[in-house]
This record gives sequence, structure tokens and C-alpha cells, in this order.
Amino acid sequence: MAEITLVEAVNLALARALADDERVLVFGEDVGHNGGVFRATLGLQARFGERRVRDTPLNEALIAGIAIGLAAQGLRPVAEIQFSGFIYPTVDQLVNHAGRLRNRTRGRLSCPMVIRAPNGGGIHAPEHHSESPEAIFAHTPGLRVVVPSSPARAYGLLLAAIRDPDPVVFLEPARLYRAVKEEVADDGEAAPLDVCYVLREGRDVTLVGWGAMVRECLAAAEALAAQGVSAEVIDVATLKPLDIASILDSVAKTGRCVIVQEAPLAVGVGAEIAAQLAEHGLLNLLAPVRRVAGYDTVMPLFRLEHAFLPDAARIAATVRELLEYA
Amino acid sequence: MNDVAHDEHRRQLLREMLRIRRFEEKSAELYTQEKIRGFMHLYVGEEAVAVGTLQALDADDAVVSTYREHGHALVRGIPARAVMAEMYGRQEGCSRGRGGSMHIFDAATRFCGGNAIVGGGLPLAVGLALADKLQGRARVSACLFGDGAVAEGEFHESLNLAALWKLPVLFLCENNFYAMGTALARAQSQPDLHLKAASYALGAEVVDGMDVLAVEAATRRAAQAVRGGGGPYFLELRTYRFSAHSMFDAQLYRDKAEVEDWRRRDPIVLFERQLRAAGVLDDATLARMEAEIAAEIAAAVAFAEAGSWEPVEDLTRFVYSEGPAP
Ligand SMILES: Cc1ncc(C[n+]2csc(CCOP(=O)(O)OP(=O)(O)O)c2C)c(N)n1
Ligand SMILES: [Mg+2]
Repeated sequence: MAEITLVEAVNLALARALADDERVLVFGEDVGHNGGVFRATLGLQARFGERRVRDTPLNEALIAGIAIGLAAQGLRPVAEIQFSGFIYPTVDQLVNHAGRLRNRTRGRLSCPMVIRAPNGGGIHAPEHHSESPEAIFAHTPGLRVVVPSSPARAYGLLLAAIRDPDPVVFLEPARLYRAVKEEVADDGEAAPLDVCYVLREGRDVTLVGWGAMVRECLAAAEALAAQGVSAEVIDVATLKPLDIASILDSVAKTGRCVIVQEAPLAVGVGAEIAAQLAEHGLLNLLAPVRRVAGYDTVMPLFRLEHAFLPDAARIAATVRELLEYA
Repeated sequence: MNDVAHDEHRRQLLREMLRIRRFEEKSAELYTQEKIRGFMHLYVGEEAVAVGTLQALDADDAVVSTYREHGHALVRGIPARAVMAEMYGRQEGCSRGRGGSMHIFDAATRFCGGNAIVGGGLPLAVGLALADKLQGRARVSACLFGDGAVAEGEFHESLNLAALWKLPVLFLCENNFYAMGTALARAQSQPDLHLKAASYALGAEVVDGMDVLAVEAATRRAAQAVRGGGGPYFLELRTYRFSAHSMFDAQLYRDKAEVEDWRRRDPIVLFERQLRAAGVLDDATLARMEAEIAAEIAAAVAFAEAGSWEPVEDLTRFVYSEGPAP
């Protein structure tokens, strides 16, 4: 089994899907000849041909729109958007059409498509190149939103997303693309969607994160363990539909919860998790639910990036505050 | 213009092109030293377009630009030190260190932004022009964008409305034949972009973008027509970028031989030769020019080096109004 990076795992899953299923098509800006800005599609056009791995002109709304048309005809489009900040023109197509096709036709048409995009900061570029727009999609009925946190998870979740019968927005943490290597078996096994993954068991507090924040949660848990605090770490993985049961189970055990979200604080996915904890888990809580998140501002240039992004130290400090309650 | 003034003007055009070239060379060096970070796009090879077009505008015209805009900003008259400080992310930069290389703004020169969204500037330019028309001002809103932008919906919406409402927009298409790794012919059904533009019923021409005098002459004519109320005008300026798309680009999409061919049409080398042949440039004059430019750039770098960082407390400022301006 080879040790590979997250971006290589994405490439591996795409290759596997293209090889296994004739209906799978990959397209987007510079994905073919150039292999993608982050090289996620490297070599796919050479291997699978221009018919199935296509370069499009610069037209994000159209990329999403043709994916819907292809999906409605039974094909399995997997489209790439180069950076999360260029995904906004696709919102019209995804919100107004992709997410509604099944509902609008009472199940006669469906939309098994995937839009992949890098997500989040940590790569020293401001604004559009570092944003985390997942909440926009998670708010939309009919869309699935999936965020992997490691190479193995990226491989399994992407295969699952491609095989899923509904539209999936698949957001890949750009700063993890080459940050770590992990053994990934190219076994064609999908990882289940719509479930959280408990990555570390603990007794005193539950740390809930997704994407690049999972690593920060794990690092915080490690630091807290050294101080005798036992933290459970949950990788949400599928942000919508949300597996709140797993989070409630964990918090029933620990009594405390810190939700870690890289996106700006207000009206994020973390707010949904916190609301559900308040609705269904209040009596198990020993302390208030807290969110450690980005700030309600535009992603700054590299100099202030570290101040914007939640990190292990901020998470651990928040946990220590919660331990004061009980 | 008399002969003396004409000669001086031509030397000035050369000087401005050299200024951009040397500024870009310095920027590349600073990028490798990690003084400038994130994404950066150089203008080397395209200098005749910025100089020819923007010198032909009036001081109160507006300029809407792209992410490849250092040269545009310099020619427009934003001090080199304010541009350099911005690229460093210093508070003394023209966008107070928040925009970086891709978002250079300057209210004083009506430089309405670098823009990291391909095609994102066109609607803005149409809006600026509509405001001028409604308020009875004979100003031009000049909008620079690449060949890649022509595939985006915003391009088509903007040209249509500007032509329909006879708005004073000067559309300046910097056709360097590539959008990142995608060659023009692989992205456009009609690669003669001025023909595509003309179908919106506005004046449209193609210009040799490696010939600064041709660019200047065409822009003067077009700007005059726009200013006179004749509606929008479109110039396709054919040029070539000698540098990579950005600082991360292996340039797998084009032959070295093609780059070499275009380098033989280097707008600076050609114009310098022309001026020497006409007897309006000698070694001493050129050496003086280079020395002045070197001193200006050294001063800009020193200014950026000496600049200050935005305090962390200001991270969330300027998201909303902070009350009446002091
Ligand atoms: C809406 C949008 N989509 C994709 C990108 C990524 N991207 C940045 S530059 C670029 C190529 C643009 O080419 P062109 O307009 O010809 O300008 P050039 O870089 O050649 O100056 C692309 C695809 C972007 N910045 N914005
Ligand atoms: Mg181009």
C-alpha cells in the first residue's frame, strides 16, 4: 500500500471511478491537458481520453449547469472549480436546479453529480483563493456537502460522492493537499456518507470539526491529554445531511462540546450543530457549547491569516474555559 | 504635438514600459525571497498594452483592471512604493495591505481595482459608466480583461447592456492567447475576439498589442468616440506573456519555440530599436532612464521594507461602516 497525499488520493479516486464506470466524466478549467491547478486531475486525460476528461473555457455557471444536464441523462459528471471563491456563479445552478431536480419531478429525474473545489485558507492567498463557503451549500435542500480531512478519507468519500444518486459539493481542504501522507489502498471501497467519524475517544470534551480543522482538533486533543484532559474528536465529514446522532451520543458522554469551523462564525455549519445540541442535548451539557471559528470578515492577506484561522491553541484554550464550569 | 514634444513623448512611452519590466523583475525576485506571498501574476511581454492604452486616457477617467495589474497601476500613476508596499501586505500599501498583488485599488487615480475574479470587472465598469451618463459627465470607464474573460457570462451581459444603453465604456481585451493553461483556440468558438464583440453592435477593432504606438493611437481614437457619446468601444489587443501564468506554473501547455518567437517581438526591444533608428534615443539617454527606474524601484522596496503590519486588533474592521468619515 502506498503512502500518498490528499491531492493524490483525489486523483486516485477519480481514476478509479473513471476506470470502473463508463458513465463518469471529469471536466473543468485546465483539468485535462494541464492536470488541474492543484494537479488533482494529473494524467487523467492521457489515460482516459479527451472525451471523458475535458477542459472547458472559463465559465463556472455553465460547468455546473452542464453537469446537471449530463446527470439528468444518467451520466456521472465530476466537475472541478479551481478555487472556492470561483464557485459562487455555480450557486445559481446548484441552488435553483441541481438541488431541486428530484423534488421538482417527484423523483422522475435525479442529479447524480459532483462539484469538487479546493476549500479554505492556509495557503497565504487572500479572499477568493482561501474561502470556506460550505454553509451556502449546506443551507440548500437537496445538496450533499462533503469535506474530507485526510488522504484515505478523501479517497473513500469521493468515490461515495460519485456513486451517490444526488448532487454533492465536495470541498477539499487546499492546505491539506500536500501536508500529510497516509497509506491509501486503491481498493475501490467507498467510505460511508452522512455519518460522522470518531477519530479519537475521550471523556471530558467533544471536539467537532471538518476538513483542515480536524487536524487542529487532533493537535489540541494531544496537547490537552498532556494536561490530563481527555478529548474526543469527531470528523463531521458530511456537513449535510448532518449526522447529529453521533455528536449527541458523544456529548452525552463528555458533557462539553467545542465546534471548530474555519469559515466565518455567523450562520455557519457550527451554528446548526450548536442549535441541535441545544434542542436535543441540553440536559447532558455541563458547560455552554462553544464555537471556535474564523472571524466575520474577509479572509486577509498572508500576514493576518494565522490570526484568522482557528488553531490548536485557540481550541485548547476554549476547552480549558469550559472545564471551569463543572 | 511638435517634433520635440513628440520625441519626448515617445521616450516617455519607452520609459514607462521599462518601468513595468523592471518592477516585475524585482517582484519575481522578492517572491522567491517570500517577501511577497500568495499568488502573483507578472506582466512581462505585455507592457505595450498597459502603456499604450492607459497613457491615452484622461486623469478623471476610471480604470478597472485584473489580477495581472501591477503594470496598469504603475502607468495609471499610483506611486511604485504604494504598489510595492501593497504587495508586501504593508499598511502603507494603496489597499492598506489587505489586497496584495491581486487587489490594487486607488481612489485618487480612479483605479477601481485589481480583480481576482476573471470577468468580474466588466459589470463594475458598466456601472461606473452608467453613473457618468446619468450624472452628465463625459468620462470614460476603461476596463481591462483577458481573453479568458470572454468565455464568462459577465462579458456577454456587459457588452450587451453597454451597447444597448450607449454607455461610455472602453473595453480593452488583453488577448495573450492563453487563459492559464488553455489556449484561446481551445476555448473560443470565434477566436477573433473583436468579431465576437462586434456582434453586440459596438465599435470593435483588433490592434497589434506589441506596438505601443499602434495601441496608443487606437486607444485615443476609441476613447474619443466613447467620450463623445458614441457608446462603448472594444479593442482586442494581441499580445503575449513571456512569463509563466503565475508563480506556480510549469508551462506544460506551450512550446518553448512559441515563446521564443514572441520574444523576438518584445515590445520594449522593438520600440527601443525604432527610437534609435529615428535618432531620438542614444546609449546615454537609455542608461539614464534605467538608472532612474532602478532608483525608483529601490526606493519602493525600501519603503515597503520599512512599512508596518496591520495590528491584529484591526482584523475585523472595515467590514461595515464605522460611522461618518472623520
Ligand atoms: C471566475 C474565475 N475563474 C477562474 C479563475 C482562475 N484563473 C485565474 S487567472 C485565469 C486565466 C485567465 O486568463 P485571461 O483572462 O486570458 O487572463 P491572463 O491570465 O491571460 O492575463 C484563471 C482561469 C479566476 N481567477 N476567476
Ligand atoms: Mg489570457
